[in-house]
Amino acid sequence: MLTDKSYKTKVSLAKMLEGGVIMDVTNAEQAKIAEDAGAVAVMALERIPADIRAQGGVARMSNPSLIKGIQEAVSIPVMAKCRIGHFAEAQVLESLSVDFIDESEVLTPADEEFHIEKHPFKAPFVCGCRDIGEALRRVSEGAAMLRTKGEAGSGNIVEAVRHMRRVQSEIKRITTLGNEELVTYAKDHGAPVELVRYVKENGKLPVPNFAAGGIATPADASLMMQLGAEAVFVGSGIFKSEDPAERARAVVLATTHYMDFDIVAKASEGLKDAMKGLEISEIPEDQLLQNRGW
Amino acid sequence: MTVGVLALQGDYLHHKALLERLDENVLLVKKPEHLKKCNGLIIPGGESTTLVKLMKNIGLFEEIPRFNEHWPVFGTCAGAILLSRTVANHPVESFAIMDMVIERNAYGRQIDSFIDDVVVNLDGKEETVEAVFIRAPKIKSVNTATVQVLSQHNDDIILVENDRAMAATFHPELTDDLQIHQYFLNKIRRHH
Repeated sequence: MLTDKSYKTKVSLAKMLEGGVIMDVTNAEQAKIAEDAGAVAVMALERIPADIRAQGGVARMSNPSLIKGIQEAVSIPVMAKCRIGHFAEAQVLESLSVDFIDESEVLTPADEEFHIEKHPFKAPFVCGCRDIGEALRRVSEGAAMLRTKGEAGSGNIVEAVRHMRRVQSEIKRITTLGNEELVTYAKDHGAPVELVRYVKENGKLPVPNFAAGGIATPADASLMMQLGAEAVFVGSGIFKSEDPAERARAVVLATTHYMDFDIVAKASEGLKDAMKGLEISEIPEDQLLQNRGW
Repeated sequence: MTVGVLALQGDYLHHKALLERLDENVLLVKKPEHLKKCNGLIIPGGESTTLVKLMKNIGLFEEIPRFNEHWPVFGTCAGAILLSRTVANHPVESFAIMDMVIERNAYGRQIDSFIDDVVVNLDGKEETVEAVFIRAPKIKSVNTATVQVLSQHNDDIILVENDRAMAATFHPELTDDLQIHQYFLNKIRRHH
């Protein structure tokens, strides 16, 4: 599966985005601001996660005319979200030639039992994960890129940190396992054994793992890159702040130069207020987006 | 000898890994001063418009043409766009190091990306390599007085060189084949 040409073509685009920032945008004007700030791709959606959280209701795939308007406005890749398990939304997004489809817990799930079988699609998929088992299950279904779930729309980095650390520490642990331990490990984590074996032999996941869910500042981006993220998604953090263009540029700078703390400091200087953000413990359990999907 | 890989955005770590398999010293270039230690530079795949902005942010955009007066540069995909004299569509500021016209995203969007075997001409020998085309550009024309075509896919020019640079519209760094990187290292050594 991992060496199949169609799959490799999909994972290759994820590799092109490494070291970059992918920004949530809700119209062509925001998409231009993101591109001008140095975003490597944009995620086209009708409502950013913070607004979905505040307004409630069923969150669905964006209207195709919105996606097309954004595709016409920028030359960088355009991604869009479909509901978990909603393969018909994914088919629509593929017919729009969306560059990456995010099967996303930010939208209201359409299927509480099954995620989309992603291999038959020509368009690549990105999926969220909280731990190694979830990560490898999504890869097994055909995801070409992973991201932490974090807690979208919260402006709080704590969940993304938890999810990234969990995955990274399990990768390290797998590399220390003996061959006789792999099947039991796979069973305990609900992960396909051949992918656990891949991690043991390569010391990394088969696809890039990006950070998402709660990134609001340049330092947040630097933190996630230092924890092992290969790129950064910023959702509500940019366009819920008081100075989107400046903040977008600052997050890009801090992601590129995440180990150069003078640059991260300079990027952070003079920014207006970040989005207010939410304390995770104050979000009712049944409203946590990260618990959607499995 | 040290080979720099422009490390602002894109698949630069994959170039680094391939060069290390060839036992080369590799330096990730994030700032202008890093170039001073390099004898050659690879500009990786990524997003060309993004790369231009990131280079300007840090003062590298002006330095790379100066670096190229002394040392060879190799660009893959986005890197090839940046080396071209003219970008035919979606204008991108480029270094104009190679006298050719290139078109961005010329095959279409990601669903039109593909992998195919191609024949490349390296030092007079024809070799078959796997070529990964991701939202790839097409080289529409070259000034044959200065630019040599090393490979074509169907009728499209995909690998070229001149006396101080090389450009591929595909991604040799995403395969296990080291030949094209080895060819670039030989080019640097001839300069050295």
